[in-house]
Amino acid sequence: MSRVGVFICHCGENIAGTVDVAAVAKAALDMPGVVHAIEYKYMCSDPGQTMLKDAIRDKRLDGVVVAACSPRMHEPTFRRTAEEGGINPYQCEMANLREHCSWVHEKGEPTTAKAVDLVRIQVEKVKRNHPLKPIRVPITKKALVLGGGIAGIQAALDIANTGSPVLLVEKSPSIGGHMSQLSETFPTLDCSQCILTPRMVEVARHPLITLYTYSELEKLEGFIGNFKATIRKKARKIDEKLCNGCGVCQQKCPVKKIPDQFNEGLSNRAAIYVPFPQAVPNKPVIDLENCTFFKSGKCKACEKLCPTKAIRFDQEDQIEVHDVGAVVLATGYKTMPVSNFSEYGYGKYKDVIDGMKFERLASASGPTGGAIKRPSDGKTPETIVFIACAGSRDRLKGVPYCSKICCMYTAKHAMLYQHKVHGGKATIFYMDIRAAGKNYDEFVRRAVEEDGVKYVRGRVSRVYEDGGQLVVKGVDTLLGAEQVEIRADMVVLATAVQAQDGAEELAQTLHVSYDPYKFFAEAHPKLRPVETNTAGIFLAGACQAPRDIPETVAQASGAAVKVAGLFSQPELTREPIIAVVDRQPPPVFSHCVGCFLCKSACPYQAIEEEPIKNRNGDVLKVVAKVNPGLCQGCGTCVSTCRTKAIDLQGFSNEQVFAELMSI
Amino acid sequence: MKSGIQDLQVGYFPGCSLQGSSRDFAESLHLVAKALSIELCEVPEWNCCGASSGHMIDHLVSMALPINVLLKAQKAGLDRVMAPCASCYNRLATARHEIAHSPASKAQVEKVLQTTIGKLPRVLNVLELLAEVADRIGPKVTKKFEQTVACYYGCLLVRPAKVTGFDRTEEPVEMDKLVAAVGGKTIDWNFKTECCGASFSVSRTAVVGRLGAKIMNDAVGKKAEAIVVACPMCHSNLDLRRGEINQRLDVKTDIPVLFITQVIGLALGLSEKELGLGRHFVPVAFPAKPVAAATVS
Repeated sequence: MSRVGVFICHCGENIAGTVDVAAVAKAALDMPGVVHAIEYKYMCSDPGQTMLKDAIRDKRLDGVVVAACSPRMHEPTFRRTAEEGGINPYQCEMANLREHCSWVHEKGEPTTAKAVDLVRIQVEKVKRNHPLKPIRVPITKKALVLGGGIAGIQAALDIANTGSPVLLVEKSPSIGGHMSQLSETFPTLDCSQCILTPRMVEVARHPLITLYTYSELEKLEGFIGNFKATIRKKARKIDEKLCNGCGVCQQKCPVKKIPDQFNEGLSNRAAIYVPFPQAVPNKPVIDLENCTFFKSGKCKACEKLCPTKAIRFDQEDQIEVHDVGAVVLATGYKTMPVSNFSEYGYGKYKDVIDGMKFERLASASGPTGGAIKRPSDGKTPETIVFIACAGSRDRLKGVPYCSKICCMYTAKHAMLYQHKVHGGKATIFYMDIRAAGKNYDEFVRRAVEEDGVKYVRGRVSRVYEDGGQLVVKGVDTLLGAEQVEIRADMVVLATAVQAQDGAEELAQTLHVSYDPYKFFAEAHPKLRPVETNTAGIFLAGACQAPRDIPETVAQASGAAVKVAGLFSQPELTREPIIAVVDRQPPPVFSHCVGCFLCKSACPYQAIEEEPIKNRNGDVLKVVAKVNPGLCQGCGTCVSTCRTKAIDLQGFSNEQVFAELMSI
Repeated sequence: MKSGIQDLQVGYFPGCSLQGSSRDFAESLHLVAKALSIELCEVPEWNCCGASSGHMIDHLVSMALPINVLLKAQKAGLDRVMAPCASCYNRLATARHEIAHSPASKAQVEKVLQTTIGKLPRVLNVLELLAEVADRIGPKVTKKFEQTVACYYGCLLVRPAKVTGFDRTEEPVEMDKLVAAVGGKTIDWNFKTECCGASFSVSRTAVVGRLGAKIMNDAVGKKAEAIVVACPMCHSNLDLRRGEINQRLDVKTDIPVLFITQVIGLALGLSEKELGLGRHFVPVAFPAKPVAAATVS
């Protein structure tokens, strides 16, 4: 026979203002199994909690119903109190009299009647509760960071500095990401390479960071604390241990006309190459598509001339499998291809470039050594036009969202241009200036007021070539909605930020949710911004949404703290609200018939096949088994099971039916 | 059904231009349609589409007029209506789009027309229709149209993209493909979709002259020997208003303006007279070519 106590909270006026709490307490006393029912102004307060603890002891309660606010608010509080009172915490249930009743109904009889019903439902449930124990799972205290841009670098360093080993996987031959391509950075105009390269070196030298460049994650199995990551190390075709990065191979390689990705195609590289001089690691890689030897079987110039004999044409990809406990996704972004903006002439006119190309032109490490020269003839542009929102906030042809970084980097571009080309004329066509950030608006004002950048509010309808110049046709919507035509020497498009290629496939591989634009989705837009819905997988940087460097770094550190927090625990505890397969002894009598409909229904791959063997080791039967580390307690398998062999702990069929029958 | 080309039936809304200022468009369209086994079924008792003035004055009128046309077409059992005039096309397509997306507008129009609107016929422009039967054109070409031309689309065929859903808004190519199919060369130029001044042709000819001059300047500068259009307004403004245009050009130009149907008609070997080439203000003449090859029998 159960001894249930009911504790009704007034929540100040929140509940008591609408619900007759005294009547509810009185009605509760009449419910079968209830031996104690009281009401109090704030059950969650210290005196309220003490009342609950005392009652458990004095009235020898074996179940508790707290009729108060949402369990999302205070269930952990009251479960802890119940435990302190001496019963299993899962013998405490909450009836939500606030969100489900007092806040949504008028004061009156029916509202009180509903409150009584809500209490009765939980009383019926708690009578059927079983003591549950939190699930304990071990943790592998090693993190996997995917992506070697500034987000991944920061996350890896922060995690490693807490003492946990990190595997940093980067798909290109060097870490550094987009930030290594940038010239100066807003709002301080400090040189991007100067602040980034020391971090890159730190990563390479950190004893706890293992760097996997030119590598990709092939597979991730397992669950929080216990992932198994399969990493493919693509063959560089060189022996990294022997190579000393002297660069002879690059100089002697006869194939030299390959567009250099790092310089956005503004210069050329060889078929064996290091992406940029400050690359980490400073080891070359052979581009199989362009290497003469791999195309025709002849050449081997690099092999003949390498002083350390480090070239390995027969090197194969290597697959490594590692146990990791947490994953940080920092796979970054790409800028939108502007092929569907043919009116801007990108691809048709050499002097129409995108923002990243301008970064390379303005960068001291770029193809022009930082001098602004137009790609067509190397002339210094006397007039330059920047078009903001090339694809952003364009529902028809681009993306509906704001790419966030473009207002700032366009202001920076115009400013750098004015600094480098004295007497030059820079014009920016914009929709709105979004410069929300510390010292951001001041930066834009500086571009306008000190550097004389002309801002024209309006869109550009067309860019075309006429007599060796680019004619930019647009509109000035502020000064009398006049049409504007500017003859420019160069046009720079601030192209939209988009999710990285392959983001969708990666999200599916990792079972991470993503938004319609393939950016990875955070668990909660405000309160859980660096976590994904998959436990143990965290987010950093522009793979989640367009982000600038300060935000990316902050988020990466945030993700690192989440990983460190996870690793600080000796083992993981999880809510025991998971599915269990009926395994009453002897096991042969399990209801499970091994149809595995549950396996195909489970969204978390939590169902495993377990053979039941006799003493001779013969398999008698294969039944389903729930992996407690993976199960999220959604209950899909329970409703799929044909023989009712699976039940959800804490929400068993018996409990739920009893709740329904009580109404 | 390998042999013989099936007759393609499509609703046809001529609008006022094709009966007046652009009779040559209508004549060439009918001839080409016949040659390509397209049966143009004229919408019975059609009314004005409300172009130019209708939508400037009253939104409801601008909706109700074209919807009334589409209702008549639907009643006549037509599931598609081709409107050769770009203005008509745009009005019909815009009204249809609004009715489909705004229940309030639909209710208003239903009220004034005292009817209920069901599934309305789809609206096509002439380029869409010709693109559909492009494979029929090639085999019938008897005299390649060996000119270099500027395909001028104007504003109404492709915009707004969410309404027309036709071709690439800023850089359309469908007409270029048709010209190429009959042996012509097209130039890559910058004024494909710029405004010609449309109905200002009547009220403010100076505006039309200024806009037209920019268009002609770029086309001629890129060595076009003719302009090809698919819109009566574009044609009028570049042909009828050539005088105004030439006043604003440093070097006067006399390159002709042809309808796409006339270009195809010429390639199919149809009579120049019947194609209405004689109706133009700028005479249709092309620079003599140093032709060496003998005529194909």
